[in-house]
Amino acid sequence: MNVLLFLIPTALFLGALGLAAFLWSLKSGQYSDLDGAAWRALNDDEDDKPL
Amino acid sequence: MSCCAGGTTVNAAASTDVPSRDAVLHSSQKLDDGRIRTVLAVPDIHCGGCIRKVEGALSALRELEEPRVNLSTKRVVFHWKEDDIDAVPVFAALRRVGYEPNLISPDAIVVDDTRKSLFRALAVAGFAAGNIMLLSVSVWSGADAATRDLFHWISALIAIPTVGYAGRVFFRPALRALAARSLNMDVPISLAILLATGMSIFETWNHGAHAYFDASVTLLFFLLIGRTLDHMMRERARDAVAGLARITPDGATVIGEDGSRHWHPLDEVEAGMCLHIAAGDRIPVDATVREGKSDIDAAIATGESVPITAQEGTTLSAGMLNLTGPLVVEAAKAAKDSFLSEMLRMLDAAEGGAPAYRKLADRAAAVYAPVVHLAALFTFLGWIWVTGDWRQSLFSAIAVLIITCPCALGLAVPIVQVVAASRLFRKGIMLRDGTALEKLAQVDHVVFDKTGTLTVGMPRLQDAGKHGSRVLGIAAALGTNSRHPYSQALAQAAGENNIRPVVGLTDVREIPGEGIEGTLDGERYFLGRSAAGGNGVELRRGDDVLDLFRFEDRMRANASETISALEQQDIACEILSGDNGETVAQAAQALGMTDWRGDLRPADKIARVQALQSMGHKVLMVGDGLNDTPSLAAADVSMVPSKAADIGRQAAGLVFLHEGLDAVTSAVTVAHRAQALIRQNFALAVLYNIIAIPLAVLGYASPLVAALAMSGSSIVVILNALRLNEAASTPFSSIGAWLTRRGARRASGNARHGKHGVATL
Repeated sequence: MNVLLFLIPTALFLGALGLAAFLWSLKSGQYSDLDGAAWRALNDDEDDKPL
Repeated sequence: MSCCAGGTTVNAAASTDVPSRDAVLHSSQKLDDGRIRTVLAVPDIHCGGCIRKVEGALSALRELEEPRVNLSTKRVVFHWKEDDIDAVPVFAALRRVGYEPNLISPDAIVVDDTRKSLFRALAVAGFAAGNIMLLSVSVWSGADAATRDLFHWISALIAIPTVGYAGRVFFRPALRALAARSLNMDVPISLAILLATGMSIFETWNHGAHAYFDASVTLLFFLLIGRTLDHMMRERARDAVAGLARITPDGATVIGEDGSRHWHPLDEVEAGMCLHIAAGDRIPVDATVREGKSDIDAAIATGESVPITAQEGTTLSAGMLNLTGPLVVEAAKAAKDSFLSEMLRMLDAAEGGAPAYRKLADRAAAVYAPVVHLAALFTFLGWIWVTGDWRQSLFSAIAVLIITCPCALGLAVPIVQVVAASRLFRKGIMLRDGTALEKLAQVDHVVFDKTGTLTVGMPRLQDAGKHGSRVLGIAAALGTNSRHPYSQALAQAAGENNIRPVVGLTDVREIPGEGIEGTLDGERYFLGRSAAGGNGVELRRGDDVLDLFRFEDRMRANASETISALEQQDIACEILSGDNGETVAQAAQALGMTDWRGDLRPADKIARVQALQSMGHKVLMVGDGLNDTPSLAAADVSMVPSKAADIGRQAAGLVFLHEGLDAVTSAVTVAHRAQALIRQNFALAVLYNIIAIPLAVLGYASPLVAALAMSGSSIVVILNALRLNEAASTPFSSIGAWLTRRGARRASGNARHGKHGVATL
């Protein structure tokens, strides 16, 4: 059962990392224009740096 | 790119005006780093090609930084490099690539925080639900003693902050409802979530076997999905409506005593001030003309599509559009006392008088919540009576509350409305509010305005084929230089008949209130008001009359089909118009309608709508003018074309973007179908409860049963709602069709392989 002592924290940490990444992307406005993002993916001459 | 065709049709004559520096500043934001951020609405942006063109055009301007198009909201954001703000190059650059920009009002720029906080709550609940569910699976598969306790404690550590953070979305409206002594769906939801969490903490503390953390957090997650979708639907409609051109100007150019001209925000304009109204601008406040002559489009106030002539002494109402010549007017009233504001006051009064409507979900909750609470109470009493064990009794009662939590019920209505809204959106109809859909399904009487609603509100050349191509070519060439609707109708008629406007016109001059003239091959041509009087527009060479053009207001596409389709569904239709009786009668006859009223003032329209309501009818009002706005609010539900006055768009439940009037029948059909699906979803939720409640009452609702039952019922409800997207019109026919297709495919596959179809079926 000792394996749980580091497996569970690892699992929770990775999950929390995902959550933090999502919250960051939300805060930086990556979900503010979903329709536009779909078109921009097809655009060759544009840099894909988020605003 | 083909979808950008709309971008090239910006009329040269309609796009000469550029907002002044003050107007731009008024609707911009000053950022913390001192830069100024401006947002423009560009409704014509449709696709990736548009993004490139608009951003390319703005990037080429040296005074701007970071132009960025938002395709979802059809807006473009940019920052000014210096304080020196000049909108002229920006507007010119956008118009050169074929897009007409609009300033948007400062309060429309505010970013929507609700959406972000819902997304955050959803993300947190999703994270928590996933992790707790994993821990629960180990408990269900037999973890016991210390391991089980450890898992329960970890679950508690994740669940408690999650419920506290993400649950606020439901707790706040629940508290508001309780404070108002009523029950909405949020009350039983909050109760179930809190009780499940509370009981689980107690169990964990006492080393118990069952903890319901997974149930409470999954519940929260599912319900937040419904809430978020619901919010996104309404937000999308609101953005699209706000992005359209505004009717009320934000301010006016005031001419000082010394002749200086300054732009002032609307609320600083007072009676007695002299205002300059450029051609193409709206009249900001009620005013009297002091100098100049022009044609005025008064449709917004009177509903009439034919422009009136304004000269010294003419009284104008706020919101009217100055078409051809610059005017100097004297403000008669301040903005707060003007025609627009008077309409707003009538609108408020009418809204207050509109029949009260309780949301379907809340009506269901009012029945559902007491039943559930009573069931829990009787479970508790029953267990006490049978066993006398208060702890077991309390647990069974709480299990009843958890398992009957209206998860499916809370999703049943919003999910159908979201699917219906996206279906309507694809047909060019924007649903501003989910309740509009519920009310639309009950409508049995439709009231139409005439000008701009049944008709397009734009004059059209009569008998375009009868005019010579040379004559029409000259008229069209002159007409493209004017903003007058007759001129534009001539230009359009020439285009439709493949007649090219003649080239080589020089010295074109618009004579406000009279017409337009120009020189071609050394001769002077005049297009405009007939010298002999009478309707129509004359084309003259020197003094010779070459031709007389007459105009009519065209019916909207599919108008008569819509009326007959509605009447087939036993929905009565009538016309309420401010236009004169004779014109209204003609329109009614053309559409095959018998019920019409003309010469109505706004108050008469409200009275008629309210009279119908007092007879027990559910009224749908379809109108566009400012004069319709109060009656739009008075009706049970209302629909406006996207060209309507902006306060009309605020008052209406649905806005349709395309020209065809069949939007009305489409909306009614979708509403009926959505209502049927909502009823089915309620039935499914009740069915689920009939199975689940006895289990909970008898004490068999283990956390595993609760988790399976709740997720299962939610998914069934969502899948049922998605059936709205199918073309099938009768319930269950889609399943039938699917089975048939499947059977056919198998049969054909079997035939290919030379087997007997029956054997494998």
